[in-house]
Amino acid sequence: MTAEGHPPETSKSAVDELRSHLGTGNARPVLREIETALGALLESGRETTIDLGAIPFGPGDERMLDEVLGPGEVHATIYAMGESHVAETGVPGVWRVDHFDQRGETLSRFIEVTFCPDILKTQTADAEAGLARLTARLAAQDGHQH
Amino acid sequence: MAERPVLAEALKAHGISRRGFLKYCASLTSLMALPPALAPKVAHALENAARPSVIWLSFQECTGCTESITRSHAPTIEDLIFNTVSLDYHHTLQAASGHAAEEARMKAMEEHYGKYLVIVDGSIPVGNPAYSCIAGISNLDMLKETAAGAAAIVAVGTCAAYGGIPHADPNPTGAVAVSEIIKDKPIINVPGCPPIPIVMTSVLAHFLTFGLPELDELGRPKAFFGETIHDRCYRRPFYDQGKFAEAFDDEGARLGWCLYKLGCKGPTTKSVCATVKWNDGTSFPIQSGHPCLGCTEPDFWDNGGFYKPLSMPAGDYRKLGLAAVAGGAALGVAGGAIARATKSKAAAAHETVDAHDLEKKS
Repeated sequence: MTAEGHPPETSKSAVDELRSHLGTGNARPVLREIETALGALLESGRETTIDLGAIPFGPGDERMLDEVLGPGEVHATIYAMGESHVAETGVPGVWRVDHFDQRGETLSRFIEVTFCPDILKTQTADAEAGLARLTARLAAQDGHQH
Repeated sequence: MAERPVLAEALKAHGISRRGFLKYCASLTSLMALPPALAPKVAHALENAARPSVIWLSFQECTGCTESITRSHAPTIEDLIFNTVSLDYHHTLQAASGHAAEEARMKAMEEHYGKYLVIVDGSIPVGNPAYSCIAGISNLDMLKETAAGAAAIVAVGTCAAYGGIPHADPNPTGAVAVSEIIKDKPIINVPGCPPIPIVMTSVLAHFLTFGLPELDELGRPKAFFGETIHDRCYRRPFYDQGKFAEAFDDEGARLGWCLYKLGCKGPTTKSVCATVKWNDGTSFPIQSGHPCLGCTEPDFWDNGGFYKPLSMPAGDYRKLGLAAVAGGAALGVAGGAIARATKSKAAAAHETVDAHDLEKKS
């Protein structure tokens, strides 16, 4: 404790550091599953999605997953009913897709083994709505000019 | 029901993009504990789902279940689900009262006879039905009358599912569960005191998309009540290593060890608390350092004491609780089942067992 009665900063960070290593042992099997799924993607084009919310994961498991996969080249943020973070990991073809609500609370977390996650692509219905919007805007602009 | 707007139209009206809808479906698929590959099927089913009439009946209850299901801010997943049903009667939430409220219920029943969904929270007093009345109608009569034209009933909360706290010894009102009165309709039990909001809404979503979910021996959807809290608890490795907190302020508690010896009912309690968690996925009781009370199980209030370890028999595991123990033991598929079987034996013989004994497979 410090003279003011507060615990020293280092002890707090030491506890956090210790906790960040606590895991359930599930990270390694998940990483093996990813390895198999990536092989299948390359061999047959079969895509795989792993729901991380369905697996008990401790801070240590998350840490191991992040360390082994590493950061990649792509990081996109989607703003649709709250943010979604879509990031290719350091293993191309393996993506992290994390969905959040408007308050930043986690909705769901996935590993997607694919060449491009569907959520990144423009959806047909949105493109149709976009076309209608563009047409309306141009019509409005034409109206102002005449 | 077919003339009512479907979800896709409701989302469009709210200015939500198709991409947002796909995100919603991916998260919903995860919450319903379905494989991620089923997300497109969930999307398709939701796009074509009708907007059913829902009649919500509140009987002997504390309103905690309603508080739980409404305790979120728009437009979260819960709100979206609520935008997709027509809540025609809920006397806590609706503006109308007295006869006007009852007229709304009768009208919804008449217009959607055979198709509407009834949600019940609270137990029903049968010792003397006058113990709990709404607009002069006893809970018993209102349930029978409303259930007659229902497509299905969802018993929300442990009171509606198993009698709950009103049913606790000595049960002065003669409180019973919905399933003890209604025998000719599909009943989905969603127990919890209260249930996790997103579990309630996901069960409704499942009903909208794929119809009745698969239920366990206690009438609970297997997707949310298929495994014990212990099976999915992040402290489980400490249990397996024999590392237990012995007091709330000892070194083991500080290090986050297993709370089994402090009375945790996680090994015999089926729920998704450990994975879905509470308060928008923030935490759950065990993560906050408190043992699980076992609130999704029948007679949890009478099972001996919240702070007594499962290895200390309470002696009177009653009715459904004992049936659940026997049913779980027969499956014999998980450590939790072994613990339940041992609990049952211990209850019968009043022998003391410890964590080590519970781990023995023979």
